[in-house]
Amino acid sequence: MVLSRRLVDNLSSKWMLSCLIFCLLLPLAIGTGLVLKSFPLFTNHPLGSLIFSSNWSPSDGQFGFWPFILGSLWVTIIAIIICIPLCLLAAIYLTQFAPGWMLKFMRPVIDILAGIPSVVYGVWGLLVIVPFVGDKLAPYFGVDSLGYSILAGGLVLAVMSIPYILNMLLEVFRQIPVELGEASLSLGATKWETIKHVFLRKGSSGIISAYGLGFSKALGETMAVLMVVGNVVQIPQSVFDAGYTLPALIANNYGEMMSIPSYDSALMFGALLLFVIILLINVIFRYIIYKSELI
Amino acid sequence: MTLRRKLEEKIFRVLSALFTLIVVLVLVHIIWSIVEKGMSSLSWQMISQEPKGGFYFGKEGGILNAIAGSFYLAVAATVLAFVISLPVALFMNIYLIKYQRLLISIRFFLDVLWGVPSIVYGAFGFTLMMYFGLRNSLGAATLTVAAMIAPIMIRAMDEVLKTIPIGLQEAAYALGSTKTETAYKVFFREALPGFATAILLAFGRGIGDAASVLFTAGYTDYIPRSFGEPTATLPLAIFFQLGSPIEEVQNRAYAAAIVLTFIVLCISVAARLLYRLRKN
Amino acid sequence: MQTTTPIFKTNHVERETKLHAVAMEVPIVDIQNLNVSARKTQILKNINIIIPKNSITVLLGPSGCGKTTLLKCLNRLTDLYSDLHLTGSIKIDGDDILNTKIDITHIRQKMGLLLQKPYPLPMSIYENIAYGLRLKGIRKRSVISEKVEKHLKEVALWDEVKDRLKSSAQKLSIGQQQRLCLARGLAVEPEIILADEPTSALDPISSRVIEEEFLKLRNDYTIIHVTHILRQARRLADYVVFMYYGEIVEYGPADEIFETPKPDILKEYMKVGH
Repeated sequence: MVLSRRLVDNLSSKWMLSCLIFCLLLPLAIGTGLVLKSFPLFTNHPLGSLIFSSNWSPSDGQFGFWPFILGSLWVTIIAIIICIPLCLLAAIYLTQFAPGWMLKFMRPVIDILAGIPSVVYGVWGLLVIVPFVGDKLAPYFGVDSLGYSILAGGLVLAVMSIPYILNMLLEVFRQIPVELGEASLSLGATKWETIKHVFLRKGSSGIISAYGLGFSKALGETMAVLMVVGNVVQIPQSVFDAGYTLPALIANNYGEMMSIPSYDSALMFGALLLFVIILLINVIFRYIIYKSELI
Repeated sequence: MTLRRKLEEKIFRVLSALFTLIVVLVLVHIIWSIVEKGMSSLSWQMISQEPKGGFYFGKEGGILNAIAGSFYLAVAATVLAFVISLPVALFMNIYLIKYQRLLISIRFFLDVLWGVPSIVYGAFGFTLMMYFGLRNSLGAATLTVAAMIAPIMIRAMDEVLKTIPIGLQEAAYALGSTKTETAYKVFFREALPGFATAILLAFGRGIGDAASVLFTAGYTDYIPRSFGEPTATLPLAIFFQLGSPIEEVQNRAYAAAIVLTFIVLCISVAARLLYRLRKN
Repeated sequence: MQTTTPIFKTNHVERETKLHAVAMEVPIVDIQNLNVSARKTQILKNINIIIPKNSITVLLGPSGCGKTTLLKCLNRLTDLYSDLHLTGSIKIDGDDILNTKIDITHIRQKMGLLLQKPYPLPMSIYENIAYGLRLKGIRKRSVISEKVEKHLKEVALWDEVKDRLKSSAQKLSIGQQQRLCLARGLAVEPEIILADEPTSALDPISSRVIEEEFLKLRNDYTIIHVTHILRQARRLADYVVFMYYGEIVEYGPADEIFETPKPDILKEYMKVGH
């Protein structure tokens, strides 16, 4: 009896430990797998030209990722620029100005927004954003555009990033002690002055991290962007131009990648690039959050 | 107070309320525009039948293959992820509780892992599949999705377990329980309602994700009968049908989007209800 | 209207005379029939007190008796909690702050607030004090610098921090932070200092500094000090307001109250003592 209990305990501890180790090794395995797969590419393409060349013609063995990197950056930066005022002010309103029931009402709304699959956002983008950009915005600025554009991708991505970033910002403001606000108010500040001078400063590292993590999330987003961004390999000259993003490239070409030599390696290199960049961004901003929680 | 200060306060009050309103309106608009577009094509036939001949030219049939495929995939991946996540979360909160620094590092690591985009998991799953000589299948997709949702599940479970007071652990030991018994009999039971929320969260993520299964699941008009067969999924069904030039097929994509949104909404609401139940 | 029966009846006449005794001084705060409720629970019941100028009035009572709420009513920080409902009147310098058109930020500037724990603003030591000055519309650097120095000296912090005015206030020790918070409050030149157990997070030496500071400040300011520590109340108080479950049980000049405590609950409280 005692022996069997010990044995069970022993075995199960080992099982738990191995599960943990397995999970911890997973990213290492992902990294190694992607490196191994993209290795053949490195033999005749130096890393610099892979990243900074804009010559992309797989059938000629030319793999320049610059258009995709630029496309991804454009789309993501547009999304974050839209999100900065929108999410920040919404978070301020919900935690500082609005009555308590409003925040209670908004939490499930944000949850639902966060849970909507990216394909559905893509469908919405096709239905609403693409025509809006093509028929309304572009003519307004005197530009010809089909609507499938960097701007459309950025707009859809912004909407997708709202719940993710807003949730983190709400948490940042929730963690600021009420007494700090009381201290500022009792010195004669208005509520907005308190927010501007005290809360934004107090929460600065949290706010920056929220946007940093939002940026990395947006950078890796695939389906919704793919559906509206146009998927044309070019260096976009304006936001109304069609573009192509790194995740979209990978997703769009999986079917034919076995038929062209080195193509599969190139796509895996794209995935590796994405993986490394996003991992780095995540580590940096998670670290900032971690540090700010210590104080 | 000067006029400028008063004005600034007013402006930002109004502006921030306005922006909050925009967020709500966007949500309403997303759901409304999809429902408006897809409602006419939504029928019982569509969710109860597999695609028939000529389905992709706008003829008879439905997307049951994708609905069933998505459910199989999400359930299998959730179960698999749970089998891995539960021991990890328990191990962290029982065995590692005295190594706080290590625990913080692990949590940090899992949080970082959460940020890895699903397309990267998809690419990795594909690499693995090639390596082992597997073909596109429900099994391969399950593995990929499970790997993707496991970090989410572990962290969600961990958050629940973290709230259990250390006194409970001490009490269990004082009664002579082994660590395993403490883990599965005391902690597991104590945290079960919270786990349900974690599982639903992961399930919702699994059922809605397309990028990770794009390479691994394949696509078929039939409901898969084993893990070795390829499977259709709802997000991919929407994606592929949208690509069709035929209007009936496109409309079906919108209808399928309603179905997917509805499923995800239900999961989200259920998770929230469970959460509230636990709090009371 | 729900009527509340006081749990501890004080002799009405006696209390009236005390009110008069206190009122002989120059009143600065006059609270009449203040009731505060949150949803269905009543937090403060029929509060009637007069607080005289240039004195230390101690709000004494066990935790959770409504002392802090009463304090926060005085500069309407209760506005921050949407479910609190206030009725009655609080007159400060004759203005009823609960029913007034006067800007609340002006009223708050008449009062400096010191909380249980120091909450330095997330900026430098210098900026912590300059913040309130700028809100008052003072723009001139020389004036601000001068006032920063003056008020840091007032709380005996100047010598300790004069070489690092630009460094973050959060790097100071807790005791120094609390003194900085006091200086910050004094800089806006308030008439009243509201202190909510300001020494509860401090070590004995820092507490002593704050207490001594209060005794000095009494000449120029009116101090309303919340505490549950009897000994501190004895050391500081000119007037005592003893509260229990949201009601004022006993109220009057400190020596009188501590010499001959009347209500049983106060006797009990003094016996258990702290």
